[in-house]
Amino acid sequence: MNTKNIKFLSGNEALAQGAWEAGVKFAASYPGTPATEILESFTQYKEIDAQWSVNEKVAFEVALGASFAGVRSIYSSKHVGLNVAMDPLMTSMYSGINAGFVVVTADEPGMHSSQNEQDSRLIAKFAKAPLLEPCSPSETKKFIKTAFEISEQFDTPVIFRMTTRVSHTKENVELEERTEKEQKKFEINPPKYVMVPANAYKKHIALEEKLIKLQEYSENSALNVAELKDNELGIVCDGVTYLYVKEKYPNASVLKLGMVYPFPDKKIKEFASKVKKVAVVEESEPFIEEHLLQMGIKCFGKHYTYRVGELKPENIKDVIEGNPKTDYPGPSRKPVLCPGCPHRAVFVALRKSKVTVSGDIGCYTLGSLPPLAALHSTICMGASVTIFESFSRYIGHEKTVGVLGDSTFVHSGITGLINAAYNKGKGVLLILDNGTTGMTGAQPNPATGVTAKGEKTKKLDLAAICKVCGADHVEVVDLSSESIDIKLKELLPKDQLSVLIVRYSLCKLIDRTKLPAPKFDAGKCKKCYMCVSVDCPAIFKNESGDIQLNMELCAGCDVCVAMCKFGALTSAKKDTNRL
Amino acid sequence: METINILFCGTGGQGILTASEIVGRAAMFDGYHAKKSEVHGMAQRGGSVESHLRLGKEVFSPIIEKAQADFLVSFHKGEHDRMADMLKKDGVDLLNEFLQADKDISDKKYINTYMLGVLSRYLDLTEESWLKAMTEVFKGKNTEKNFEIFRAARANKH
Ligand code: SF4
Ligand code: SF4
Ligand code: SF4
Repeated sequence: MNTKNIKFLSGNEALAQGAWEAGVKFAASYPGTPATEILESFTQYKEIDAQWSVNEKVAFEVALGASFAGVRSIYSSKHVGLNVAMDPLMTSMYSGINAGFVVVTADEPGMHSSQNEQDSRLIAKFAKAPLLEPCSPSETKKFIKTAFEISEQFDTPVIFRMTTRVSHTKENVELEERTEKEQKKFEINPPKYVMVPANAYKKHIALEEKLIKLQEYSENSALNVAELKDNELGIVCDGVTYLYVKEKYPNASVLKLGMVYPFPDKKIKEFASKVKKVAVVEESEPFIEEHLLQMGIKCFGKHYTYRVGELKPENIKDVIEGNPKTDYPGPSRKPVLCPGCPHRAVFVALRKSKVTVSGDIGCYTLGSLPPLAALHSTICMGASVTIFESFSRYIGHEKTVGVLGDSTFVHSGITGLINAAYNKGKGVLLILDNGTTGMTGAQPNPATGVTAKGEKTKKLDLAAICKVCGADHVEVVDLSSESIDIKLKELLPKDQLSVLIVRYSLCKLIDRTKLPAPKFDAGKCKKCYMCVSVDCPAIFKNESGDIQLNMELCAGCDVCVAMCKFGALTSAKKDTNRL
Repeated sequence: METINILFCGTGGQGILTASEIVGRAAMFDGYHAKKSEVHGMAQRGGSVESHLRLGKEVFSPIIEKAQADFLVSFHKGEHDRMADMLKKDGVDLLNEFLQADKDISDKKYINTYMLGVLSRYLDLTEESWLKAMTEVFKGKNTEKNFEIFRAARANKH
């Protein structure tokens, strides 16, 4: 094998490589598992202008704008990110594009790090968009190029569906050269680009016709392949499930759908006619199965319990036989905040103040788990602020706090804050400014003053923006659980809308400096386990009930020290008494 | 070679993904098809981490089927016990080697390199590819020290 052009790439890296080869010039995204590395990979190519946008709606529109302006452009996000961008997605299907435009959504069956497991294939149908779905990194690289061709041939955004097991699988991928694409001219063309009712009506008619043409394409496309073998069993599948089928049913006939929407009806019918039994193997929703049933094809699909979670190779037999799911995930180690994580002190303080806390999406969501248990609602990005507005109105502003991170605040907390101020909301909103987007592995955001490419840029002043949004009182506080405690006591009773920005607290992914671990004096320990209640992986109760510190992990933040009333834990730092 | 399934497990920050990355690349350099799969959970540090690695002529599924792992390379006793049912009946369990390394090696960041050396005794991959993969993945950091630990663990035939 010639190893010269072969690299060990993840699906996300292969996607970026393929798009680069296809001449893409612009990429926009907002971080989210399992899609984050797509944009991170784009930043490595000098020919590509890659940006972290403020949120997914913004990313989508900026990327669509680049396509209108005439350069091949790509949007990527996790599945729930596409929800935020639904508005531009739906209408861009009417307008169509100029240069090729691909919309990547990375679904997460199994919700390893997500709040739901929605299936983006249904969005393709809803939006009337062609949808491509690869099964592996090398196929991702191949398919993404085809996606750009389809986009330009049919004047349409193309949805490209990844799933965790494609995004986060690595394999040998062969690299090829880039084909430069010349910038297309933006022609002034209101009937195409101005979606007012009269224009949009005509565009809707055109879209329906386009879908019929796309279906013809799907019928003849090499993206949809029938492998005819044994005629006893024919399996229709898509994405990574194809690989599980190949593994478990090497002799079955298989129809692999790489272009899942619009469905290649003729191809499906022909395949079904050649086998005695048709089964559908797909993750998440019964999307393909329902279509086959609608076409009048008798097929076996999975038991409804398999709509939940990921499929694994060992489930395929069950799926084909329609048996219910039995292998629910066992208990894994509870996720915890990193040792030394700046959020920990905040949640210790919140727990102490016994307030109702509306939370958000980020590492700090982990503050909801016992023993911290100091975060009481999480729905979607930015909802901490809006739910807080209603909590404070109906539960009492002196008893509720909203909590979110800097990146989440910029993503969609600002609008909520304006709303709260405008509608006379009261109470205390806490912004945890750790200077990065921690949960997804430390990406920059507008409040960090650094771009995706690592260049210096304008820095958003969080305090100033909170002020102009209408907060009555904005204060930047230091990190130590005590001061937050005191601040909360002072601000909660006030009849005003306050924003507390907790700062100077760098995420441990960026600031890896370790301060000396606390000293532990076993003789003084009363085994009250208050220190363990801060839920730090570096301090725990061992099998014999003694307190033990893991010196490897401990970052010396002294949050546990503050909990010890018996002097058994003391700070090892002589002059400074806090991080 | 027949497809070989190696399951790495432990907790975040132990270098598990790095270890499996190195084996994957070494196999690729030797002309095999390698597939490595993992999930990224909520926790950045200290949460469960597992990495599935499959090597062969042509590998389909990116994840190892239950009870089909040829090797279980664990970096944590608790995680080992949780994943034990992934191992084949006659599969090789490297837990004892890890526990020993955990005692012997004071600088914990070298444990994964040591475990790679142990694993390398069982895999038909060239030393050249191992070293090349390590150099790439460690980005030249502590290369000599890593090689030394790897070679010592590799040579220690039992
Ligand atoms: S990644 Fe950063 S923000 Fe997240 S838990 Fe770790 S230290 Fe805290
Ligand atoms: S808080 Fe202090 S006294 Fe209580 S268990 Fe921890 S070390 Fe011992
Ligand atoms: S000082 Fe305490 S809370 Fe902070 S990292 Fe070390 S063990 Fe954890």
